[in-house]
Amino acid sequence: MNFDDTPEEAAFRAKVRAWIDANSPKHLEPELRTAGFGFRGITTEDPMAASKAWQKKKYDAGYGVPHWPKEYGGGGFSPIERVIWSQEEGPFAALNNPFTIGFGMCGPTMMAWATEEQKRERLPKLASGEEIWCQLFSEPAGGSDLAGLRTRAEKAKDGSGDWIVNGQKIWTSGAHHSDWGLLITRTDPDRPKHKGLTMFFLSMKTPGVEIRPIKQANGEAHFNEVYFTDVRIPDAQRLGAVNQGWEVSLTTLMNERLSIGSSMPTGFPELLGYCMQIEIDGRPAVDDPMVRSKLAGFAVKASGLKYTGMRSISALSKGQTPGPENSIGKLVGGSAMQELAMFALDLMGQGGVLRGADQTEADSRFQNMLLRTPAARIEGGSDEILRNIIGERVLGLPGDIRVDKNVPFKDIPTKGRG
Amino acid sequence: MDLDFSDDQKQLRDQIRRFLTDRCPSTAVRAILEGPEPYDRALYQGLAEMGLLGAAIPEAYGGVGLGHLELCVLAEELGRADAPVPVSSSIYLAAEFLLAAGSEAQKQAWLPKLASGEAVGTFAFAERPGRVTEAAIRARVEGGRLSGQKIPVPDGDSADIAIVAARSGGEVGLFLVELDGTGVTREAVETIDPTRSHARITFDGAPAEPLGASRGWEVIERVLDRAAVLIAFEQVGGADRALEMARDYALDRMAFGRQLGSFQAIKHMLADMYVSATLARSNAYYGAWALSTGAAELPVAAATARVSATQAFQHCAKNNIQVHGGMGFTWAFDCHLYYRRSNLLALALGSLSTWEDLLIERMRRQNEPAAA
Repeated sequence: MNFDDTPEEAAFRAKVRAWIDANSPKHLEPELRTAGFGFRGITTEDPMAASKAWQKKKYDAGYGVPHWPKEYGGGGFSPIERVIWSQEEGPFAALNNPFTIGFGMCGPTMMAWATEEQKRERLPKLASGEEIWCQLFSEPAGGSDLAGLRTRAEKAKDGSGDWIVNGQKIWTSGAHHSDWGLLITRTDPDRPKHKGLTMFFLSMKTPGVEIRPIKQANGEAHFNEVYFTDVRIPDAQRLGAVNQGWEVSLTTLMNERLSIGSSMPTGFPELLGYCMQIEIDGRPAVDDPMVRSKLAGFAVKASGLKYTGMRSISALSKGQTPGPENSIGKLVGGSAMQELAMFALDLMGQGGVLRGADQTEADSRFQNMLLRTPAARIEGGSDEILRNIIGERVLGLPGDIRVDKNVPFKDIPTKGRG
Repeated sequence: MDLDFSDDQKQLRDQIRRFLTDRCPSTAVRAILEGPEPYDRALYQGLAEMGLLGAAIPEAYGGVGLGHLELCVLAEELGRADAPVPVSSSIYLAAEFLLAAGSEAQKQAWLPKLASGEAVGTFAFAERPGRVTEAAIRARVEGGRLSGQKIPVPDGDSADIAIVAARSGGEVGLFLVELDGTGVTREAVETIDPTRSHARITFDGAPAEPLGASRGWEVIERVLDRAAVLIAFEQVGGADRALEMARDYALDRMAFGRQLGSFQAIKHMLADMYVSATLARSNAYYGAWALSTGAAELPVAAATARVSATQAFQHCAKNNIQVHGGMGFTWAFDCHLYYRRSNLLALALGSLSTWEDLLIERMRRQNEPAAA
């Protein structure tokens, strides 16, 4: 039981700390440090330009994507070095948001399934921040039930071997900034749902691709609808065999869950600080027993997540594979933040309704959190899907009884009532 | 970084688990639940012979001088097995009080006996319902004689010595009292968990030696923090076992033509139990680190471990009954053993709300310079 680095880890930490200290955009640090969940982005300069500048600097120094192999523009770090890097990058990691889907999911999928030439052409540009990628998976008819997707890819009738894509994707984060996308389509509706899918990658500038931002419930627009009308994709941009798309998509989804070290925020330190400032009847709120009880509940969740992450890192540090314990992160963090935001507003009384210029609490952070957190419990695996995963893969419970298995996709009912 | 037990400690855990599987099946727990014995003497002697009671007691006082991480390993296994033995009273409390504040003569006299299991010690603290604060201690010592009543005292009916919190010259101090001596009357009391016996002890001029010369209340807080980490491990062990029982039943039991665990209502309940057990385990490891290294963070780490473990064991134990349905409410099924123990341990060393309060008070003190 110790929190010490090995000598090698300490040397690596000292090296990257010195580099980050010398090269990071220090002038943005105050703004990035107060960034809570639901943060509306930096305002002192163009957020995308700031993100691209930091990424290019890291790439040029060989720190582009810490865990990728060097030949594709990565840092070639070991898993534990990746964790140390992210600890040292600290608040500047918030600048990586536009790239996380590309680094974490699209890139690794390309590495596993694209040709060598495609990898060398595309991946360094992704690693340097020059090109941004998005993931075109979810559809109006298939979110949690991803394999229920209906976007069709059919062979062009002109004998070119190209594919013609028609349909609609939704919840595509950052599609409006993206240069490239990873696209999963249905190629054979006569086969059962998981067995008629095919994966492609395409330029988001391809004719027939139309991106429409979705105005979210919190008023922001980070997600998009993407429409495909007779979009032509060369067969060379297919990843994996025809109808092997589900298997290819699993590469992406597995990578999504391997993001150890990217600890889930809970908002607890901010709430504790706030409870020491705001008063109830002339006394700091933190002196009130009811407040203390609520705070303690949040405190042990925040601390439990932190030390659960450290247990996984410990396994990595010893060259072992972490256990399943890290699968609880988003499930705990998402709902904790939502409850925490509601509690913070409760302490403000009716003044809790205020947001923007009339809200005295730093940048309306709890109000922003309140309005953003419903999505935290849905995106990247809803709470219910995460509970299924823990129940089935960790505890070994049987899967739900499925009525859509081994049925041709076209015969699966699509209407509820009426 | 290594927030985990060492390979040697894991081997020790496996060894203890095998021993308890063999010597402490639920029939042994039930023998104490239903019978006249206050605890399982043979089991306790077995633990002593394995050197486990003296794991964290220095060799100079008859222990094996391993350390507190080994004691954490033992605690988790005791919790898992629902073991009906006085380890917490005698080792986490009495021995720790002697080590923290006892005179050389007191340590020499009692630590070897506690390590060998020849004697059992306890801590006599509460006197009536409600949180035990410094002001709530009414028992007094005058002229070396102790008077007052303590209830409930864990293992008070069978212990040989008690470390007693009592008032002397206006301050709360700690006193070592031999419970078989004059001026002591004690009787077992009925509790929610008869597998761990408790007593009412009335002192009427009982000879009481001051425990060293330290300030009593500070020593109490320090030792309770240390014991809180160990109790948290018992709770983590119990939570894991309750979760396993529920999972196994959900796999074996059929309802409506399918396995119980295939229903999402049950699956999600079990997933939530896994979540709280995992959070509690991680927090307990944080506590173990602080306990074993003597870190300045121990007060926060101990309260964190304790709050989280209490929540997890109560959550897992009550939902274990729920997953079992009506069978879970029978005397014959073991679910109630864990339900009882989870609620007993929730109140040991101060209740959940007490530890929640301590946790935030301590975090606030840590944060104060930063906030100003």
